[in-house]
Amino acid sequence: MTTAISSSVAIRVAGLHKSFGRTHALDGLDLDVEAGEVHGFLGPNGAGKSTTIRVLLGLLRADGGTARVLGKDPWRDAVALHRRVAYVPGDVTLWRNLSGGEVVDLYGRLRGGLDGARRDELLERFELDPTKKGRTYSKGNRQKVALAAAFASDVDLLILDEPTSGLDPLMDEVFRSCVAEERDRGRTILLSSHVLSEVEALCDRVSIIRQGRTVESGSLGQLRHLTRTSIIAELASPPNGLAQLPGVHGLTSQAAEDGQGVRVALQADTDRLDAVLRALSASGVRSLTSTPPTLEELFLRHYQDETGAGRAAGAGDRGEEASAR
Amino acid sequence: MTAVSAGAALAPARGPRHLAGTGVLLRLALRRDRVMIPAWVLALGLLVAAMGSSFQALYDTAAKRAELAASMNANASLRALYGPVFGDTIGGLVTWRMAGFGAVLAAVMSLLIVVRHTREEEETGRQELLSAGMVGRRAPLTAALLAALIADIALAVLIGGGLAASGQPAAGSFALGLAIGGTGLLFAALAAIAAQFTESARLAKGLTGAVLGLVFALRAAGDAATADASSPLTWISPIGWAENVRAYAGDRWWVLLLLAAGTALALAAGYVLTARRDIGMSFLPARPGPARAPRSLSGPFGLAWRLQRTTVLGWTLGFLCAGGIFGGIAKGAADLVGTNRQALEIFRRMGGQQALTDAFLATMTGMLGMVAAIYAAGSVLRLRSEETGDRAEPVLACAVGRLRWACGHLAVAYVGAAVILAFGGLALGLGYGVSAHDVTGRLGPVLGAALAQVPAVWVLTGLAVCVYGLVPKATTAVWAVVGGCLAIGWIGPALKFPQWAMDLSPYSHLPKLPGGEATAAPFLWLLGLAVLLAAAGLVGFRRRDIG
Repeated sequence: MTTAISSSVAIRVAGLHKSFGRTHALDGLDLDVEAGEVHGFLGPNGAGKSTTIRVLLGLLRADGGTARVLGKDPWRDAVALHRRVAYVPGDVTLWRNLSGGEVVDLYGRLRGGLDGARRDELLERFELDPTKKGRTYSKGNRQKVALAAAFASDVDLLILDEPTSGLDPLMDEVFRSCVAEERDRGRTILLSSHVLSEVEALCDRVSIIRQGRTVESGSLGQLRHLTRTSIIAELASPPNGLAQLPGVHGLTSQAAEDGQGVRVALQADTDRLDAVLRALSASGVRSLTSTPPTLEELFLRHYQDETGAGRAAGAGDRGEEASAR
Repeated sequence: MTAVSAGAALAPARGPRHLAGTGVLLRLALRRDRVMIPAWVLALGLLVAAMGSSFQALYDTAAKRAELAASMNANASLRALYGPVFGDTIGGLVTWRMAGFGAVLAAVMSLLIVVRHTREEEETGRQELLSAGMVGRRAPLTAALLAALIADIALAVLIGGGLAASGQPAAGSFALGLAIGGTGLLFAALAAIAAQFTESARLAKGLTGAVLGLVFALRAAGDAATADASSPLTWISPIGWAENVRAYAGDRWWVLLLLAAGTALALAAGYVLTARRDIGMSFLPARPGPARAPRSLSGPFGLAWRLQRTTVLGWTLGFLCAGGIFGGIAKGAADLVGTNRQALEIFRRMGGQQALTDAFLATMTGMLGMVAAIYAAGSVLRLRSEETGDRAEPVLACAVGRLRWACGHLAVAYVGAAVILAFGGLALGLGYGVSAHDVTGRLGPVLGAALAQVPAVWVLTGLAVCVYGLVPKATTAVWAVVGGCLAIGWIGPALKFPQWAMDLSPYSHLPKLPGGEATAAPFLWLLGLAVLLAAAGLVGFRRRDIG
C-alpha cells in the first residue's frame, strides 16, 4: 500500500503549520503533487509558497502536519532525498568570485553528478556565457545559471520557485520547452509562479494558496468549471426571475440602445449556465455575447478575496498577523 | 522602514550638486548604526576613562608608579606591546597602556563604519536604489565619513571628558582622546580608499585591516628597538604618532597635525578615486573565470576552500611578515637596556639576556595567538554570511548534509588557524635564529611556542560555532567575546585583575613559551572545551531552521 502511494505521489503535504514568532506563515496547508505532472503552485505574495518549498527541502522544520517528498521525510532524509531533487530559488545569489560555469558544475556535483552534454546544450540554449563571474551577471542570467544546473541534473523532482522572474520572452520560451522535455522524461515539477499564461501553458494541475492555506486545487479544467462566464444579452422583454436564479452574479439591466427591448449584463457560474440561458431565451434573445472564463479571473477572485470578503468572514483570527507580515 | 522614509525625503536636497542627499544618507547611516556606534564608543571610551581610577587604586604613590614605569621601559617585549611609558603620573600610565590599543580599536571601528556604508551598500545593490534618488556622486562617501567622524569625535570627547572628570589634567586627557579619535579618523579615510579598489566589502575591510596590522607591527618593532619611541619605524606608523603625542607627558599637540595631514591626504585620494569610477564597479574589475569547474571544486570542502583561500593566504602573509619582523629584533631587543643603573638592576632581576629574549618571544607568540582568533572567528562566521546571503540554501538543497556543509567552512577555520600560527612561528623562529646565528637550535622552540597557542584559539573558534549553531542572530556577540579576551590579555595584568577574571580568557591558561614549563593538562582541558563548544553548536545547527 505504502509503496503504491509513494510511486504515484511525488509530494504529499497535509495540514502543514509553520510559525515565525507570532506570524503564522503556514496554517494547515495541503498539497498533493502526482508523480510525472507539472503542478502549478500559486498564491499572492506572502501567501506561504516559499515557506512551503523550504519545508519540502528540509531547510525549515514544520511545527505541525505531515510532509512527504518522493515517499521520504524531507527533514530527516534530507540528503538522500536531495539526490533526487533539484531546486531553483526565486532570487538566485551567486558567489562573486565563481564563474557561472563553475557554479553549474558545482551544483551538479553536489547533487551527485550531471549530464555533461546536456549541460553544454543548456548553456547554449540559454545563451549563457559561463566564464563571467557571479557579480557581473544580471538577474535573468543568474536565474539561467540555476536553471541550467537544475535541468542538467539527473533528478526525479524539480522544485522551481518563480524561476522565470527576470527572463526575457525568448528565454521564457526556452524555459517552457525545457519544462516540457522534463515532463516527457517522466519527471515531476512543482512550479511556483505568478505568470498565469505560463501556468496555463505548462501545468497539468494547480494549487492556489492564501494566507498559508490551500483554497483551491485541481486540474485547469476543473478550476475553469468554478469560474463565471460573462454574458451580455439583448432581450425582447425584461427577464423574469433572473435575479433570483442561483448562480447569477452582478446582474444589471437597462434599456437597449435602439429603445426596443432590454440589455442585460451578468456573470453566471459555469455549472449553472444552462438554467441561465433558459431564463434568457424565455424573454426572447435578440443578441448574445458570452465571454469564456479566464484563469486570470479565477486567480484575481482568489487573490482579491484576501482584502475583501474572505478576510472579514474567515480570517478574523489571523487577519492582524497576516497584515503585519 | 528607514529606507522608505529616507527615500521619500531625498527630494528636497540642498547644497552642492555632488553632495546632494548627504544629510539624508547620514541620518540613514546613523539610524542603521544606532546600536553599533554607541556600543563601540561607550565600551572603548569608558574602558579608557575608567583606567584612571584603576591605576590610582593600584599605584597610589609616585614611587610605585616610577618603579612600574622603569620596569616596563626596561623590558623590550612589553615596550613592543604597549610602547614606552613617557610619564609616571596616573594619566601617563593610562596613556602608556591605552594610546596604541585605543587607537587600533578606534581604527577598527572607523573602517567598519566607512566600508559598511560605502562598498557594502554597493555590493548588495542597495546603493543603486539610493543613488537613483537625488543623491550626489560624493554623497554616499561623505555620509559614511561623517558617520565615522561623529563616532570618533564622540570617542575623543568621552575619553577626554571622562579622564578629566576623574581628576586627570584636562589638557593631557583631551590630547589622549584626540590621538585615539584622530587615528580612527585616519583609518576611516584609508578605508574610503580601499572601498574604491575592491568590489567586495570583505576585501575592503581586509585591506584596511592589513594596513592597520602593518602599522601596528612597525610601531611594535620600533618601540622594541628604542626606549623612547624615537625609532623611524615608530615615526612612520600612525599608531606611533598617537603614542608620540605623549599625553600627560608634554602633550606634543603638533604630532596631531601628522594625523590630520594623513587624514586629509587619504580623503583627497578617496574623493578623486570615487569620482572616477562607476557605481558598483572598482578599479580592479572582475576578470573572466573558467567555463568549467576544476576538479577541486566539487564538494562542500572544495567550495569552502575556494571561498576562503584568499583570506587564508592574506593572513598567512601577514603572520609571516609579523613573525619575520619580531623575530629579527628579538635578540637585539634584550640588548638595549642598560642605559642606567636602575634598568640594569631590573634587567638582572628579570633573568638576564636569555630570559628576556624568551619573554619577548613568548609575548610575541601570545600576540599572534590572540590575533589568530580574529581570523578563526571570521572564518566560522562565514557560515552565517553564506546563510543570510541566500547562498547556503541552494547548496543545502543539494545532496549535502548540514554537517558536511558546516564542516567545510569549519575545516578552513580550524586548520587555517593552526596553519597561520605555524607560519607566524616559523618566521619568528627563523628571524630570531638567523639574527642569533643558530637557526637549528632556536627555530624548534619558537615554532612549538606558536603552535601551543592553537588550543586557546580553537576554544574561541568553538565558541563561534556554538553561537552560530544555537543563537545565529547573536553572532555579533562572538566579536565581543574575542575582543573581551584580547582586552583581558592586554590590560588584565597591569590592572591586576582577579584570577577568576583572568581565567575567563583561554589564553591565560597557556604556559609562557618558550622558556616556561609546559604540561599537558591545560592543553587537554582547552581542547576538550573546544570540542564541546563546537559539538553543541553543530547539534543546534542540525535542529534549527535555515535562513
